[in-house]
Amino acid sequence: MVGIVIVSHSEKVAEGAKELALQMAKGAPIAAAGGMADGGIGTDVEKIANAIQSVQSEDGVVILVDLGSAIMSSEMAIEMTGGNVRIVDGPIVEGAIVGAVESVIGSDLDAVTNAIRGAKTANKLSG
Amino acid sequence: MADHKKVVRIIEKIAEKIHENRQFLTDLDAAIGDGDHGINLDRGFQAVIEKLPGIQEKDIGFILKTVGMTLVSTVGGASGPLYGTAFMKAGAAVNGKVELEVSDLLTIIDEAVKGIKMRGKAKRGEKTMLDAIEPAYEALCKALEKGSTLKDALIQAENAAKEGVEYTKTIIATKGRASYLGERSIGHQDPGATSSMMIFTVLKESCED
Repeated sequence: MVGIVIVSHSEKVAEGAKELALQMAKGAPIAAAGGMADGGIGTDVEKIANAIQSVQSEDGVVILVDLGSAIMSSEMAIEMTGGNVRIVDGPIVEGAIVGAVESVIGSDLDAVTNAIRGAKTANKLSG
Repeated sequence: MADHKKVVRIIEKIAEKIHENRQFLTDLDAAIGDGDHGINLDRGFQAVIEKLPGIQEKDIGFILKTVGMTLVSTVGGASGPLYGTAFMKAGAAVNGKVELEVSDLLTIIDEAVKGIKMRGKAKRGEKTMLDAIEPAYEALCKALEKGSTLKDALIQAENAAKEGVEYTKTIIATKGRASYLGERSIGHQDPGATSSMMIFTVLKESCED
């Protein structure tokens, strides 16, 4: 299954998005890498690299990021872990949910990526 | 020019300078960013200080790489990956050395600049740390080519960094959180350029001759 890593400046945001996604997709390989080691606000390259490794397989890994240093820190973490890992541009919460659902039904890396990108333009208000 | 012990002392002085100026840097960032530059960098360099006793007998490449690795995992903001990459690239360029020549110093700064450009996908004129570092590096090279002493060259580098910081007041931020402000970022000096300038001040102050 494609691994999913959620990178946020806030530990609670990352954990919360993971919690929501797992409720929809039990057993999805999803890891939260939010905040600093001391729980403070920020992004931590080592924490992200560990999260990637915890969900990494031949199927690849997608990373969802919030903003700013989350992107640069994730790029550095990817350089450290290597492998088929990509940052995908999508909303953290909705992206985590659709990504986890795609992953758990066995979709490949491109399908998971497209689902997350699609969550960016999905219309929440039908009216 | 500088052995590994001297390099460790310079890193300690950088940490002191950042610590002394943490509130100033944070205030600069509060005006145009998310108000954490000083606190973040101070947290990172204090973590570096804790690591130094265990690595000060290692070669300079190892020391600089460890500084970079520590910063990327403890700073938390964008300056973590940026300064972290700068130190890691610099370290890789002087791998195994226990003594630096002036040419090594130039290599270190050149690699640091390249690392920051690569990581931040930034160039000069975008109201970032590059607006201080790049002119400082150029002034340093130019002064040394003209036969200046290292001390004089570092004085000119610091002056160029200061001018770079002043220049950031006149331009619009296009990178990072400050870019959300557009024209309202004009008039404020860039916190990243300011912390970079402080590193050149430390280099100047650490040079005895």
